[in-house]
Amino acid sequence: MKILVAISKVPDSTSKISFKDNNTQFDEAGIQFIVNPYDEWYALVRALELKENLGGAVTTITVGEANADPVIRKALAIGADDAVRIDAEPVDALFTANQIASFARDKGYDLIMFGKETINYNGSQVGAMAAGLLDLPYVSNASSLEVSGSSARLERDIQGGSQVIDVDLPAVISASKGMAEQRIPNMKGIMSARKKKLEVVAPIEAPRHTEVLSYSLPEAKSEVKLIDPDNPTELIELLHKEAKVI
Amino acid sequence: MDRFQSHDYYLMDELLTEEQILIREALRAYLKKEVSPIIEDYYERAAFPYQIIEGLAQYGCFGPYIPEEYGGPGLDQITYGILMQELERVDSGVRSTASVQSSLVMYPIWKYGTEEQRRKYLPKLATGEMMGCFGLTEPDFGSNPGGMLSRFEDQGDHYVLNGSKMWISNAPFADVAVVWAKDEADRIHGLIVEKGMEGFSAPEMKGKHSLRASATGELLFSNVKVPKENLLPGRSGLGAPLSCLDSARYGIAWGAIGAAMDCYDSALRYSKERIQFDKPIASFQLIQKKLAEMITEITKAQLLTFRLGQLRNEGRATSAQISMAKRNNVEMALNICREARQIHGAMGVSNEYSCMRHMANLESVVTYEGTHDIHLLITGMDITGIPAFQ
Ligand SMILES: Cc1cc2nc3c(=O)[nH]c(=O)nc-3n(C[C@H](O)[C@H](O)[C@H](O)COP(=O)(O)OP(=O)(O)OC[C@H]3O[C@@H](n4cnc5c(N)ncnc54)[C@H](O)[C@@H]3O)c2cc1C
Repeated sequence: MKILVAISKVPDSTSKISFKDNNTQFDEAGIQFIVNPYDEWYALVRALELKENLGGAVTTITVGEANADPVIRKALAIGADDAVRIDAEPVDALFTANQIASFARDKGYDLIMFGKETINYNGSQVGAMAAGLLDLPYVSNASSLEVSGSSARLERDIQGGSQVIDVDLPAVISASKGMAEQRIPNMKGIMSARKKKLEVVAPIEAPRHTEVLSYSLPEAKSEVKLIDPDNPTELIELLHKEAKVI
Repeated sequence: MDRFQSHDYYLMDELLTEEQILIREALRAYLKKEVSPIIEDYYERAAFPYQIIEGLAQYGCFGPYIPEEYGGPGLDQITYGILMQELERVDSGVRSTASVQSSLVMYPIWKYGTEEQRRKYLPKLATGEMMGCFGLTEPDFGSNPGGMLSRFEDQGDHYVLNGSKMWISNAPFADVAVVWAKDEADRIHGLIVEKGMEGFSAPEMKGKHSLRASATGELLFSNVKVPKENLLPGRSGLGAPLSCLDSARYGIAWGAIGAAMDCYDSALRYSKERIQFDKPIASFQLIQKKLAEMITEITKAQLLTFRLGQLRNEGRATSAQISMAKRNNVEMALNICREARQIHGAMGVSNEYSCMRHMANLESVVTYEGTHDIHLLITGMDITGIPAFQ
């Protein structure tokens, strides 16, 4: 099995989010970045499990500048064999998908795996676009993935149930929660990551079709009022007078 | 509960390498998953959680600076400190186990042992397959270990060891003990004593109000035959055990910051949530004073300790410099625990919050590896040139 896993960097979920340049840019100052959890916990770990069972190699690919290296190093510490970084800012989904597709083309990957979305922009587009550009089948949002011979069986959680899909390899898939369990890189992994190859590749020319006009923060949540369970009168009073629902 | 965030007021993380941060985050994730949820229970039952030994080893807590050829990861001193800080953020007892294994067992074998001893013990100590303890303190000799009564005699093809040690961390479960004892010429040497040697026992000491999740015991030697190849030949005299203490005290200086950070973190959150007189208590000046002083003291300790780490990396840190950091940081952490406990009001005495456990733990930390006052005397001697110990 030759597997390519796309890894991206996202702000830690406890980060304080702010914007700059008239709310057109996310302000990265002071932000701690982590590997996008869907890429790390599910896609990468499942890829490693497949490699452990079936043999082969796992390569990660990231479209990003040098400040993405720490998250790539973590992916290597978790167990990927080597890594590629396309040296460009991932400006939009199609641009990013073009970079990945151009690298992956003709390299003979059996599987190209993505997280179902990044936890910062939640676009869910890059995997599908890369599959389109490579003219490969695409299954999104898979919560389980088994490979036998030249096909893969995937399970997807759908409204009210689940769907089982067989797909011929090579294929592109995106991973959702449940596909694997988080692995914490141990010292051995961190040490061996030092010696693993992180190849930096120049980007190709690719179009960019979208432009972010502005960002805004969600409205602050209104305060929660805690009412003593022994005091239903107060609850009724508040529902009536403040919330005006009864 | 929200995830703990490092309190890094002076952006010290920018001074760390990418790898140091990765190592810290990995240990933090492991501790959060496997140790934080159980520690309070083990503390209350005064039991050591054996099941975490393998994990501590996997995340590099046993001899992080031991070179790769002896099974360690060969990391620098700042990384060692970071690991100790993360451990003590959870519990000083867990950190103590790792400190003893690293600085008091692996360190002397690495520095003063023979090549055979290094190859025999270090790789197994690094994986936790073997656990160790360090016997210096005796019932009648604590701050003054030079007066120790434990002795060994040369009997031709082996030594015979007699004496007793007290207050020894890890003793009840240790496979090997690095024991300090005097030879016929009254010179202190280190001996590696193995579990199972005839005449050697290590009964557990019970009833501690502090470091309850760490096992402490006595080491009793009655005509124990110790093979000659178990003597650490590289260094003798009181300086030998004291140099190990330098390494451990350095780790404690980092560790104490961890305990302080955890208490500060808890106090900061609690004070923003707890409403009295219709306001979060964090809006009162007296609470803000406490919090402001806490983060100031933590930040000062972080800077002091990071610089000490640089000096240790360069092999330039003096014993007196290490002593100052141990004393300062442990006292700082104890004060913060006490203040944080007060901010939590009555909740502060309950086991739902960690302040009181940290506080009780630190009462051992302020005593072991040189008491607070002994460290004052060390600084006093260093700056005046006059020893005031006796
Ligand atoms: C939980 C725990 C774990 C420990 N683990 C280990 C271990 O693994 N290995 C080990 O060898 N030891 C260990 N110790 C022992 C520890 O190092 C000693 O307790 C410490 O060195 C102090 O010795 P002492 O208790 O005999 O106190 P003492 O030396 O009797 O001191 C009592 C008091 O007198 C003060 N004092 C002593 N001399 C002077 C002086 N000259 N001037 C002014 N004041 C003075 C001290 O500061 C202290 O306040 C441990 C202790 C504890 C509590």
